[in-house]
Amino acid sequence: MADKRKDTNEVVDSTKRRFIKNSGLTVGGLVLGGALGGLVSVNTGSKTNSEEVTGTPKADSNPNAALMFFTPDQHQITEAAAERIYPEDDLGPGAKDLDVAIYIDHQLASPWGGNDKAYMSGPFHKPEPTQGPQIKVLRKNLFLLGIKGLNDYSNKHYDSEFIELEGDDQDDILKEFESGKVNLHPGVTSDHFFTMLRTLTIEGAYADPMYGGNKDMQGWKMRKFPGSYMSLTEEIQKDSFVELEPQSLKDHMGH
Amino acid sequence: MKKLPKVPVVIVGMGWAGGIIASELTKAGVEVVGLERGKDRQTKDYMMGHDELRYQHRAELMQDLSKETITHRNNEKMKALPMRSYGTFIVGDGVGGAGSHWNGQTYRFLPYDFEIKSLTEKKYGKNKIKPEYLLQDWGLTYDEMEPYYDTFEKMAGISGETVELYGKRSNPYPTGPMLKTPVLEEFEEATKNLGYSPYMIPSANLSEAYENPDGIKRSACQYCAYCENFGCEYGAKSDPVVTVIPVAKQTGNLDLRTHSNVIRVLNDGKKATGVVYADTITGEEFEQPADIVVLTSYVFNNVRLLLNSKIGTPYNPKTGKGTIGKNYAYQVSAGESTLFFDDKEYNLYGGAGALGIEIPDYTGDNFDHKDLNFLHGAGIRTTQYGDRPIANNPIPSGTPSWGADFKKQSIKYANSTFKVKSQGASLPHKDNYLDLDPTYKDEYGMPLLRMTYDYTEQDKELVKYMSKITKKIAEEIGADHIETQEEQAPFNVNKDTNTHNTGGVIMGADPETSAVNTYLQMWDADNVFVIGASAFPHNSCFNPTGTLGALSYRASEGILKYIDKPGSLV
Ligand SMILES: Cc1cc2nc3c(=O)[nH]c(=O)nc-3n(C[C@H](O)[C@H](O)[C@H](O)COP(=O)(O)OP(=O)(O)OC[C@H]3O[C@@H](n4cnc5c(N)ncnc54)[C@H](O)[C@@H]3O)c2cc1C
Ligand code: SF4
Repeated sequence: MADKRKDTNEVVDSTKRRFIKNSGLTVGGLVLGGALGGLVSVNTGSKTNSEEVTGTPKADSNPNAALMFFTPDQHQITEAAAERIYPEDDLGPGAKDLDVAIYIDHQLASPWGGNDKAYMSGPFHKPEPTQGPQIKVLRKNLFLLGIKGLNDYSNKHYDSEFIELEGDDQDDILKEFESGKVNLHPGVTSDHFFTMLRTLTIEGAYADPMYGGNKDMQGWKMRKFPGSYMSLTEEIQKDSFVELEPQSLKDHMGH
Repeated sequence: MKKLPKVPVVIVGMGWAGGIIASELTKAGVEVVGLERGKDRQTKDYMMGHDELRYQHRAELMQDLSKETITHRNNEKMKALPMRSYGTFIVGDGVGGAGSHWNGQTYRFLPYDFEIKSLTEKKYGKNKIKPEYLLQDWGLTYDEMEPYYDTFEKMAGISGETVELYGKRSNPYPTGPMLKTPVLEEFEEATKNLGYSPYMIPSANLSEAYENPDGIKRSACQYCAYCENFGCEYGAKSDPVVTVIPVAKQTGNLDLRTHSNVIRVLNDGKKATGVVYADTITGEEFEQPADIVVLTSYVFNNVRLLLNSKIGTPYNPKTGKGTIGKNYAYQVSAGESTLFFDDKEYNLYGGAGALGIEIPDYTGDNFDHKDLNFLHGAGIRTTQYGDRPIANNPIPSGTPSWGADFKKQSIKYANSTFKVKSQGASLPHKDNYLDLDPTYKDEYGMPLLRMTYDYTEQDKELVKYMSKITKKIAEEIGADHIETQEEQAPFNVNKDTNTHNTGGVIMGADPETSAVNTYLQMWDADNVFVIGASAFPHNSCFNPTGTLGALSYRASEGILKYIDKPGSLV
């Protein structure tokens, strides 16, 4: 049910979207309908082509695939940006379909997002390049500043929401962010956010699926990584490549 | 502060050094208190251990940097700043220390290492060692070290093969070498063609089931690939938790107190009288009086505890006087060549922390240095640790680090790349040292350790030289594309990857130039023993633990002698 509703609401042609946006009725590119809460789904993205999003809804029974940190529009921007870092191609799914944005959401909600094991005492001085980042802002806040920055930049320079841009334009913005040219906040440049986005995207593609990404171990499958095997003694001795069906930590539960 | 009853011996830190001291003393009937800031650990904790994110990237087994870290600057002109997150230097925490998440490459240093100054001067003349490089002999020879190496290797069950070019062994390795994989065979064949003598890296990941002299039985390594940065779910990787600590516990003489962070060593100016520690859960502080204080809290805290407790004389780089913090050294890992194969896939997803092959030909003084502007050398090697996917995304240079091309290339080469690496020695320099940071503090308000360190001219020359060798070997192996890193970049505290820190409380025969004698007993306080790689006067091209393990056995012998007859042991 929920999936169906999402699909119908995603089907918005761009002229209409632009119109609604201009009348202030969209949030992060999502059209606001009557039942606002029901519109939000983890599988929404920047798709504007109605043919792409119709079809059979996915039966997604994973209760973990829901947001615990992001607002829906933050989630959408993250999903769109991560997809540019790790795009879908003929090898297989990209960040979006691997649920990388769900992974990022969960990480930022975790103690790691609050820098629990990082040294946070001041003073915070500007480092030399060899001294590692010296940032007072917590990871979760840096990330939020970053995705807000992407959208603000997009609106300012492209007159559009980030998630509605063509991939090439999104890439150009991400390159600006990578170079650190954009100021996210006094004393916080965009390169720190970009590094975190890149790292989290790769983690989300390849970490054990229990963390919310690497959906159905597809990240591992693309690179023929077997996940977790208790013994690989036989395989490592073989001259030819041995492709194993991946296993995740769930397979170790109850042993 | 609560004052506890006095004990004969208190040990600070329960990693390899602390574990060995605890087991040797308790077996001899001495009652020992072991204070460890982290938690207790056991093999069955690792059933969920194959978790790359948690153990490697979120540093599950490592020191919590929110409580303490180090500060770093490349030279005195810079302001030292804290390493806020990992980073290099993934220091251990909890019972077993870094001995739980280490790789297990377990070498002996060379006879040349122990007498590096005398042997270099003898062979190349007095002027070969430039005055700013503080090379010195260790105060004992390889032959004197040999029995302790032998004991350590038997306790841990080290798997390996005898190497002609290295120091004489009284016994073969207790277990045979690790399995050879196709990648290692390619290195072997190529280096043999070039006239070198490859050997399998000595490994603490057991190649076969083994029972050690203490009656501890362990099973063989399964090459599971979750080894470096992880605990071993089989107990196959030698770890204090599966070797020396259970032996000490079984004697009934070890009072192991976890969650106990030592803040300083109490002393009366001549001798230590005990330690102050905090319960990390409640914050309550205790005074633990003791006859003997043994510091085994890793290089960094060994130095920091002495400085914060005002024991010994801090090193002064301007005058060269003082010893605590002197001769800090690291290692140089640049110079590697990466081989990319377009149509070959290897089973690189499997492997073990100490699975690798190496040539001895460019280590130490095994090649002529007459016309070279550096001393010592490097182990040139190919390893197979298991290429886990978050950490290993090899791309040929010129490929963007994200986007369509990144994805395509990193997946293409995921199982089709390996390296010929170089691990080079690091010689002490007068400007590289450890002291207390003037600004940053730990959670108890004690100054953090400040590291002033950069690679030296010697290091850079060594890397240039070794990069030519790795390239030559890579070309002999043959690949579609080879990339060689020819230069050593400046030391970067958040990028460089190895935790082979040495020095700061160095050993020697002369109290003017060393902090501890060859039993690792302090010259300035004879009931304080400071044990670990902190005792190394320089760092060799090998991983440190075999040598610090051997020194721990020697130190435990010294402590037992001291208990019988207090006073200086030399
Ligand atoms: C990822 C990794 C891979 C490695 N691989 C290799 C390898 O292949 N070969 C090799 O030779 N070496 C390797 N090493 C290095 C090796 O782990 C160390 O040399 C070795 O563990 C050091 O033993 P230690 O007993 O001196 O210190 P540690 O093992 O670090 O133990 C010190 C203990 O002291 C405790 N402690 C510290 N301060 C206090 C305090 N104030 N109060 C109470 N307790 C305290 C710590 O919690 C810790 O448990 C590796 C290290 C790392 C991080
Ligand atoms: S590779 Fe071997 S020694 Fe290392 S964790 Fe796996 S089974 Fe243990």
